[in-house]
Amino acid sequence: MTVEYMAAIRARYEKLGYTPYRWYVAEDAPPFAPLRQPLAASRLGLLSTSGAYAVGQCAYHYKDDAGFRAIPSDTAPEDLRFSHITENYLVDPKQDPDCIFPLGTLRALVADGAVGALADEVFSCMGGVYSQRRVREETAPALLEAFQGQGVDCALLVAM
Amino acid sequence: MCHQTVCLVARHLEAHGIPTLVLGSARDILVAGRPPRAAFVDYPLGHSAGKPHDRADQRSVVSGALAGFATIDTPGTLIDLPNAWGDDAWRSEASSTEARDTRQPRDLTPQWQRAGDREAAIASGAWAP
Repeated sequence: MTVEYMAAIRARYEKLGYTPYRWYVAEDAPPFAPLRQPLAASRLGLLSTSGAYAVGQCAYHYKDDAGFRAIPSDTAPEDLRFSHITENYLVDPKQDPDCIFPLGTLRALVADGAVGALADEVFSCMGGVYSQRRVREETAPALLEAFQGQGVDCALLVAM
Repeated sequence: MCHQTVCLVARHLEAHGIPTLVLGSARDILVAGRPPRAAFVDYPLGHSAGKPHDRADQRSVVSGALAGFATIDTPGTLIDLPNAWGDDAWRSEASSTEARDTRQPRDLTPQWQRAGDREAAIASGAWAP
């Protein structure tokens, strides 16, 4: 059975006496931008919401940290770190970043020609931001500018 | 929560002309957030890009998701990836409705994974205590 996270989290927090969280439920059809050329000829961007940072960068804080980090796409796995409000999901990523932040996987797909190129810098944020307003007004516009700066043709967004 | 954030970001990027594909492991949140293109892998949270230390599985999950760029032409389509975790023990914990909050306390202190990361960030100028 597929896990029903929204119902489970709602029930858990209700028992703790928290105000029910109002999840985002899309009411309109999503926008759609067709790919201009095949993936094998495209420059791909990457965003992970797992709270990844590279050694030398600032870690995330847990109070709706709406910022992001630009991580060079040639960063070695041993130089990747994570901090996220739900640390319990990071046990495996801290041992093998590629299970949540597929930098090595994408480099292999580029080497094999399945993906044209990987952006010079990929991005991570700490996706556990409760304020949808801050995501819309701060995180999303900042990431748009960052992806445009990397000249990507398309982007893979990996949720944790 | 991360899945919700990703859906909002995907919609924003796509509205400004960047094709996106969301890969995630919480199907209900992806369905609610309806990003332009989505791929669902039925793995425990923290493993959206494949099983740890399993390069073949990671490649299969990520390639399976990326295939959506070529195959999806209806906005809001979600692909169910065929990859199976194998052991289903994690599902009861993930579905639990017991009164429990596994999140960390919320404050503005950077939460370094390792103590040395703090010194490295100070040395690079990325952070000042």
